[in-house]
Amino acid sequence: MEALTTFAQLLVGGVLTGLVFALVAVGLTLVYGVMDVVNFAHGEFLMLAMYATLGLALLGLGPLLGLPLVVIAMFLFGIVVYRVFVRRLLSGPPEATVFGTFGLLVLMQGLAQAIFSSDFLSAPNPPFSGTLRFAGLAVSQASVVEGCGALILTALLFAFVEYTETGRAMRAVAEDRIAATLMGIDVQRINGLAFGIGAACVGAAGALLMLSYPVYPTAGVPFALTAFVVVALGGFGSISGALVGALLVGLLEVFGGFYLSPELKLVPVYLAYLIVVLLRPQGLLGRR
Amino acid sequence: MLARRLALALATALTLTAVPLGPTGAADPPDIVIGSVIPLTGSLAQSGAGLRVAQLLAQDLVNGHVSYPLPMVGKSGLPHLGHARIRLVFADSQGKPDQARAAAEQLITQDHVVALIGCYSSSTTATASQVAERYGVPFLNPDSSAPSLTTRGLKWFFRTTPSDATFADNFFQFFGDLKRTKKIVVKKIAIVGEDGLFGSGAGDAEEALAKKYGYPVVSRIAYTATTTEVNAEVQKVKAAAPDVIMMASYLPDALLFMRGFKDQSVQPQAIMAQDAGFIDPNFVRTEGKDAEGIFTREVFSLDIKHRNHAVPLINQLFELRFSGKPLDGNTARDFMGVLVLADAIDRAASTAPEAIRTALQKTNIPGNLTLMPWKNIQFDANGQNQGGSGIIEQIQDGKYETVWPFDVAVSEPIWPMPVWKH
Repeated sequence: MEALTTFAQLLVGGVLTGLVFALVAVGLTLVYGVMDVVNFAHGEFLMLAMYATLGLALLGLGPLLGLPLVVIAMFLFGIVVYRVFVRRLLSGPPEATVFGTFGLLVLMQGLAQAIFSSDFLSAPNPPFSGTLRFAGLAVSQASVVEGCGALILTALLFAFVEYTETGRAMRAVAEDRIAATLMGIDVQRINGLAFGIGAACVGAAGALLMLSYPVYPTAGVPFALTAFVVVALGGFGSISGALVGALLVGLLEVFGGFYLSPELKLVPVYLAYLIVVLLRPQGLLGRR
Repeated sequence: MLARRLALALATALTLTAVPLGPTGAADPPDIVIGSVIPLTGSLAQSGAGLRVAQLLAQDLVNGHVSYPLPMVGKSGLPHLGHARIRLVFADSQGKPDQARAAAEQLITQDHVVALIGCYSSSTTATASQVAERYGVPFLNPDSSAPSLTTRGLKWFFRTTPSDATFADNFFQFFGDLKRTKKIVVKKIAIVGEDGLFGSGAGDAEEALAKKYGYPVVSRIAYTATTTEVNAEVQKVKAAAPDVIMMASYLPDALLFMRGFKDQSVQPQAIMAQDAGFIDPNFVRTEGKDAEGIFTREVFSLDIKHRNHAVPLINQLFELRFSGKPLDGNTARDFMGVLVLADAIDRAASTAPEAIRTALQKTNIPGNLTLMPWKNIQFDANGQNQGGSGIIEQIQDGKYETVWPFDVAVSEPIWPMPVWKH
C-alpha cells in the first residue's frame, strides 16, 4: 500500500514537474518552428521576466496580478530584440543565429549580475504557499497553479497557431518562407511577431515560476537546458510535442530519481533523448 | 602619432605616481608586502569586496597604534622589524581557478610579496596555493573549507579556518552534549547534499563521523544543485524516516527541499544544515514560520562579544568602511588571517620565506584573542589549525541564535523542531 502511495505521489510530482518544463519550452519551440532559430538566450529571457515579476511584486503587484504586465512587456522586448538584433543575424550564415543568441545570453547574464548582483531574490509573501491534499497525496499549491498555467498557455498557443489568420501565416512561413512571401505574407512581420510571442510565453512562465523559485542572474539556465531537451524530444517547432516531451522528461526524471538513484535521475532523460534522436531525429511529434 | 603621444603621457603619469609624494624619513624600513588573491570581479565580486575591506582594516590596525585584545594590533607596524608597516597588494582571482593561479604567480614574481593570503572559494585556493608551493612562499588561507585542501601534503600551506570536516564533527559533539545535558537521543541520520565539492565533501565527512560515533546513516542523497525539482529525493528521505537530516545546499535547492519536506510531511527531530543556502538572508524571508527550528553551523557570530569585547569594536570599524554592512564569517576570518600572518612575520623578525614558514608553524594564539569561537590558532603538520571550531545556530523567531557551544550560546536549543504547519 505504501509503495503504491509513493508511486502515485511520484506520478503526480512527475506530471507537475513536466508541466513546469512545458511552460518554459513552448516559447522556445514556437520561435524555432517559425524561423528555424534556436534562441540560446531563452533562459535569460526567463530570468528577465522573473526579475520583472519580482519588481512588480515589490511594488505590491503579486506574481499573478503582475503576470499580464510581464507578458506584455516581454512581448515588446521580444519584438525589439528581433528588430534590432535577430533580423540582422538571419541575413548571415546559419551559424550567426547560434553565436548571436549565445552572445545575447552572455550579455544578459553579465548585465543582470552588474545590476542585480548575484544574490538570490524571492518574491515577498508569494500566494499559494500552502499544500494541497487529496487521497493521501500532497502537492504544493504553487506547482498546481504553475501546471494549470502551462496547460492554458499551451492550449492558447496551439489554438492561435492552428485557428487564427496570423497563426496560419506563421505556419506558412515555417513551411516555406519564399512561397509565403510570394503569397503576400510579410515574413519580417511574422518573424517579429513569433519572436515576441515566444518572449511573451517565457514572460508568463517567469511570472508563474516566481511563485516557487528565487531569481538570480543564472536562474534561467537549468530551466533552459531542460527546455532544449524537451523541444528536441518532442519535436522542434511542435507545440503539442513540447507538452508531450516535457511530461516525458518530468516523469522520467522523478521516477528515475526514486527507483534508480537521485544521482542518476537525468540518465533516463538523456537516454530517452538519445533513443529518440537516433530513431526519430525530428522528435516525437516533429515534422520532417 | 596620437598613439605615441598617448604612450608618452602614460609613461610620464606612471613615473610621477612611482615617486613617493610625502617626505620619507631615511630611518623608515621598507613596507612588508603581502599578496592577497581574492575575487574582485566575476560572480563572487561582492563577497570579494567585503574580504578586501576586512583585510585592509586588519592591515591598518597592525600599522596603527590603537590597541585591542587582538594579536599584533596597535604596535605601529611589526616591532621586531623596526616597526615596518605591512602593505597588502591585491590580485583578482575572478573566482576562477586558472585566474587565481595567474594572480598568485604575478604577485610572487612581479610584486615580490613575502607571503600570500587568499582565496575564498576552495577551488581557487587549491590552484593559487600550488603556485606558492612551487616558489616556496608561505600561503595563508583564512576562509576555504574543503577538507581536501590540507591533505595535499603541501609544505607552505596554512589554513586558519576549520574545514567542513570540523564543522561536521561539531554536529556530533552537539548531539553528545544534548544527550549528556538534556537526555535527548538521536539515532538515525539522513545525509542530503548537493553533489559539488561543498556538498559531497561535507557529506563524506558526516558519513565517516556518523560511523565513528555510532549513528546509523539511513539515507545518503546527492543531487545536482541546479536541479529544478526534488520529488524523488524527498520521497527517499521520507521512506528512511530519519531522526536528523543533515543538509548541504545552496539557496534555490534548500528552498525546494524545505517545500518538499513540508508538503510531504517529512518530520525529523531536527534539520542540521551546513550554512550556505540556509544562512542566506532570503532563506528566512522566503520560508517565514517554516524556517523555525532549523539548525545551521556558522563560523562566526557577533554573539562572540561575550568572549572578546573587540568583536563589536572591530565590527563598528568594519561597518564604517563597508557602508553599514556588519562583519560576517568570511570577513571576520579574513581579518584574522592578516593578523596571523603579521604575527608570524614579526616573530620571524625576517622577510625570508623559510623564516616566516617556521614562525607560522610555531603560531600559538589563544582563542580569546581572536574574533572567532576557536580554542586557539595552532597549526598541525598539514598546516591545518587544530583549535578551530564552528558554532551552531538555530532559527528562533526569525533570527539566528547561537545555541552551541554552550559557553558562547545566547539561547537554549529548541528540540525537536516544530511540527510543519499546513
